Amino acid sequence: MATRTATAERPVERLTLGERVRMAGGLMPYWLVLPAILLILVIAVYPMIDSIRISLLDNPLLPAANFVGLSNYIHVLSDPVFQGATATTLIFTVISVALETIFGLGVALLINKTFPGRGLVRAAILVPWAFPTVVSAQMWLLMYNDQTGVITYFLQSLHMLAPGDTMIGSTNGVIAAALITDVWKTTPFMALLLLAGLQVIPAELYEAASVDGCTRWQRFWNITMPMLKNPLLIALLFRTLDAVRVFDLFYVFGQRSVPSMASYADFHMFAGTPEDFAPGVASAVIVFILGIIISLIFVSMMRDVVREAA
Amino acid sequence: MAIQEQAMSPAAERARERDLEPKRKWTIGEVGRYIAVALVVFIALAPLYWTFITSIKNGVEINASPPTLFPQSFDLSNYTKALTNSTFFLPTLRNSVIIAVVTTVLALLFGILCAYAIARLKFFGKPAVLMTILSVNMFPFIAMVGPLFVLFTGPIYVYNTYAALVIPDLVLTLPLTVWFLTSFFRDLPPDLEEAARVDGASRLQALWHVIVPLTAPGVFAAAILSFIAVWNDFLFGLTLTTDESAQPVTVGITRFNSEHVIAYGQLAAAAIIVTVPLVIMVLFLQRRIVAGLTAGAVKG
Repeated sequence: MATRTATAERPVERLTLGERVRMAGGLMPYWLVLPAILLILVIAVYPMIDSIRISLLDNPLLPAANFVGLSNYIHVLSDPVFQGATATTLIFTVISVALETIFGLGVALLINKTFPGRGLVRAAILVPWAFPTVVSAQMWLLMYNDQTGVITYFLQSLHMLAPGDTMIGSTNGVIAAALITDVWKTTPFMALLLLAGLQVIPAELYEAASVDGCTRWQRFWNITMPMLKNPLLIALLFRTLDAVRVFDLFYVFGQRSVPSMASYADFHMFAGTPEDFAPGVASAVIVFILGIIISLIFVSMMRDVVREAA
Repeated sequence: MAIQEQAMSPAAERARERDLEPKRKWTIGEVGRYIAVALVVFIALAPLYWTFITSIKNGVEINASPPTLFPQSFDLSNYTKALTNSTFFLPTLRNSVIIAVVTTVLALLFGILCAYAIARLKFFGKPAVLMTILSVNMFPFIAMVGPLFVLFTGPIYVYNTYAALVIPDLVLTLPLTVWFLTSFFRDLPPDLEEAARVDGASRLQALWHVIVPLTAPGVFAAAILSFIAVWNDFLFGLTLTTDESAQPVTVGITRFNSEHVIAYGQLAAAAIIVTVPLVIMVLFLQRRIVAGLTAGAVKG
């Protein structure tokens, strides 16, 4: 009994781990949490660590693999195809996140007021999000292809495309195609996230501002944007990380000729020679490192948000 | 007069003003807004429309140039061909359903237990647990497939089976489910479960017989989100299976591309078959889905 409470006899820091656990609620929470955590540790964390190990070997598919240090990374980073894939991925990330945020904000502001049919509109714009990405890519591919593509037809009649050419014939065209499909699919999601953030803003703030004579633009910048900052940053973080990992779109549109970092890694791991497996894993680890850097940048911008959530 | 004005609530006042205003025509702003909304809806639904009409056109019209915006023919053979002629489409569809259902059930099971502990119980190390679960969303799955491939073709030989996909897909869905359910459980007032426990129920009994039924809409929405996330998966299906014995339909649908003459009509029909159930689910449940997805972002 004397050990159950941290009384004046013993300061709190001197409690043993067992006592802390017992005080807080016993072992039961840990049993409840165990399956989920165990699964995550084994299925997610272990492969991440193992991929670093594999990337330092030369032929991990054989039993006798040799440690080769960073040579896989050097090989990958000096490969012009990978450099192109990195540029492709970064361009795609920046533009897609920017467009999705701007359009998403626009759509959110648009449907922020109640109007008849608003529920239907919200449901309709959620439709693109319901499609598996790869199926969206196939649908848009239908519209981009050289024979039956309706978009190809429009672009050709606007003389933006040569007859017989398709939009996905060039590198920039592939990036544009991936951007269009991704913006189409993800803007609704951003819009609804931001809409929820908008609806939390109390109407009185706007009323007080208009009483004070603020213009709509001033109201937007000084009330809406600051109050949206937290949901916006979280949404931006997840969207940016998703964009850096882009795979499905470039697998379908760019195939082997215009890869993103992730599809480059996949082709090397699974569609190349066995010697390509380890460099493929190395390139995937590079994506992981990029993700960590991005997360750190965002988290440092969001320190107060993280503290609130914990 | 002043006393009378103070006595009305603001909402009633506004309603009274609305009734007293003369009926006015739409302002430019409102018309512009409606046009913009219509444009957004059009862009959102146009590709679905295009795919749908491609799937019901006959072969001649599909290859017509210029492409027709309104279908001139009506031919359902694309659907029957996609379902019966191809050796892979129907099996992969079946695989996706099985994998998604099994993963969702498991994710809900583990997720409910985990979310309950996080929402209701205090325990040492809770922030660390939360951080671990949420940080998984930040992992690039491409970096996981290499070792998983080595693992599933080696020590745990489940390559090209359902298990090879259910296991990684659980990692996809667990963070989502836990986050979603935690916010639902947190919002539930503790009175009812406390009453049940006073009556002698254990914590777990209180969980399954009181909390889960009360949050059934939330649990259902979590199930839908989880199902959609697993249905959506392409990377794991592509890398951890090789043939239609376990491949999901996301991979199956790209196999229409590999034939010499791309069967556009069948591809379109396959796309419609794969997505229409999802679209219907989303349309009916959009309120709940949105509420759950945004609960985390806004409340934190």
